[in-house]
Amino acid sequence: MTWTWFHRLASPPYVYALAARLTPWFAWPAALLIAAGLWGGLVLAPPDYQQGDGFRIIYVHAPSAWMSLMVYTTMAVAAAVGLIWRIKVAHAIAASCAPIGASFTFAALVTGALWGEPMWGTYWEWDPRLTSELILLFLYLGYMGLRAGIEDTQRADRASALLAVVGVVNVPIIHYSVTWWNSLHQAPSVMRLDKPAIAPAMLLPLLSMLLGFTLYFVALLLIRLRGEVLARERSASWIREAVSA
Amino acid sequence: MSMPGAPAAATLASAATADDGAGATSVAGAIEAARLALLRDLKLAFRKRGQLVQPLAFFALVTMLFPLAVSPELSRLREMAPGVIWVAALLASLLALEFLFRDDAYDGTLEQYALSGQSLTWLMFAKTAAHWLLTGLPLALMAPLAALSLGAPLASLAGIVGSVAVGSIALSLIGSIGAALTLGMKRSGALLSLLTLPLSLPVLIYGARATQLAISGGPLLAPLELLGALAVLGVTLAPLAAAAAVRISLE
Repeated sequence: MTWTWFHRLASPPYVYALAARLTPWFAWPAALLIAAGLWGGLVLAPPDYQQGDGFRIIYVHAPSAWMSLMVYTTMAVAAAVGLIWRIKVAHAIAASCAPIGASFTFAALVTGALWGEPMWGTYWEWDPRLTSELILLFLYLGYMGLRAGIEDTQRADRASALLAVVGVVNVPIIHYSVTWWNSLHQAPSVMRLDKPAIAPAMLLPLLSMLLGFTLYFVALLLIRLRGEVLARERSASWIREAVSA
Repeated sequence: MSMPGAPAAATLASAATADDGAGATSVAGAIEAARLALLRDLKLAFRKRGQLVQPLAFFALVTMLFPLAVSPELSRLREMAPGVIWVAALLASLLALEFLFRDDAYDGTLEQYALSGQSLTWLMFAKTAAHWLLTGLPLALMAPLAALSLGAPLASLAGIVGSVAVGSIALSLIGSIGAALTLGMKRSGALLSLLTLPLSLPVLIYGARATQLAISGGPLLAPLELLGALAVLGVTLAPLAAAAAVRISLE
């Protein structure tokens, strides 16, 4: 049947082997793209006429911020799939996403703060995007805290999956309320990165970094997924064969 | 704490059979069961009045901390009043969340609810409604006192009551999901706040803004309507999520 490939994706041994085979296919392009993006962004791109060399942190900051949201979405979709069809592998994917997403969020916050110092003269500004990012970090921490708080893996899977789905419904509401809140209190921030007039020499490295970070996430996810599957299936007989092979 | 479990389930079952054999799935039966669960929660709460007063006392205490910590000048306090009132209300409602399901999970009532054949979603809605009547509404009625003590003008009090009343509906509903997810955990307090507070931030933002406009005499309809929208969204979705969470926790 045409659906067998889909059913095989729900089988832990198959996924374990598949993740191992796929990892290099994502890791190497990610390494190349990130290297090219860093070279292009840090060396080739001209300094910004206003921000000088300070703007170059965008090549880490923007991809991290982008990934923090993308990982959360991936996590929520995997969690919903696991919740609806009761697929264990989907729960394992969701569980593997959380620490990666939290790390990207943390990286986005730290680079944002470092960028804020030369741009705003202060490490922390209650900018709507930074504030949303901070809230996102707490959403990740809550998800991981709930998982850690429940001992039974299946219950932890289902409870945290429900939380991820509730969270993903709330993320846009939180984002818009924070933007609304901010617009009341301060003029639009000095930074106008979302202006489309960005030179190709600056933009191309950024796109390369974005794609590189995405592939890097997939590679990390596959590695973490193998660990997660191993931990979950530790009493299954196929593990011995897989590990000794 | 332990006696009402079995009778509650019995009344729920009779609510189902009283419904002309249409059975547990009919909406009328579900509403009747929800009404009974609501009344039961209110009755139980009024038998333990001490517990009802705790969040209110906490709210008053937190409000009192600010003049002591910052300054007794009314002009400065008035500026901070919306934030103080809303942070205190948010924390007080968080504190009260622990009572929402704890006793019912402890004595098995929640399991009976889940097994009763009645819609657990409606029962969760009833429990959350009872919780709001017992904590959100009293907090809203307390808020003017806190506001007056922080230098808010008399004319602002109606707006403050309204904003806290509407906002606390959304807070109770969001909190019910968190409380249901952390059911059965031994030390759930910190985790419950970690789960609930980020999701409550929009309520805090719009609520504090409405209160601020009430104090300064501005048009507060817009943030109030946004609060109402959050409450409506919560009423539609939160009981579903809370029911699913309770089922997961009981598994």
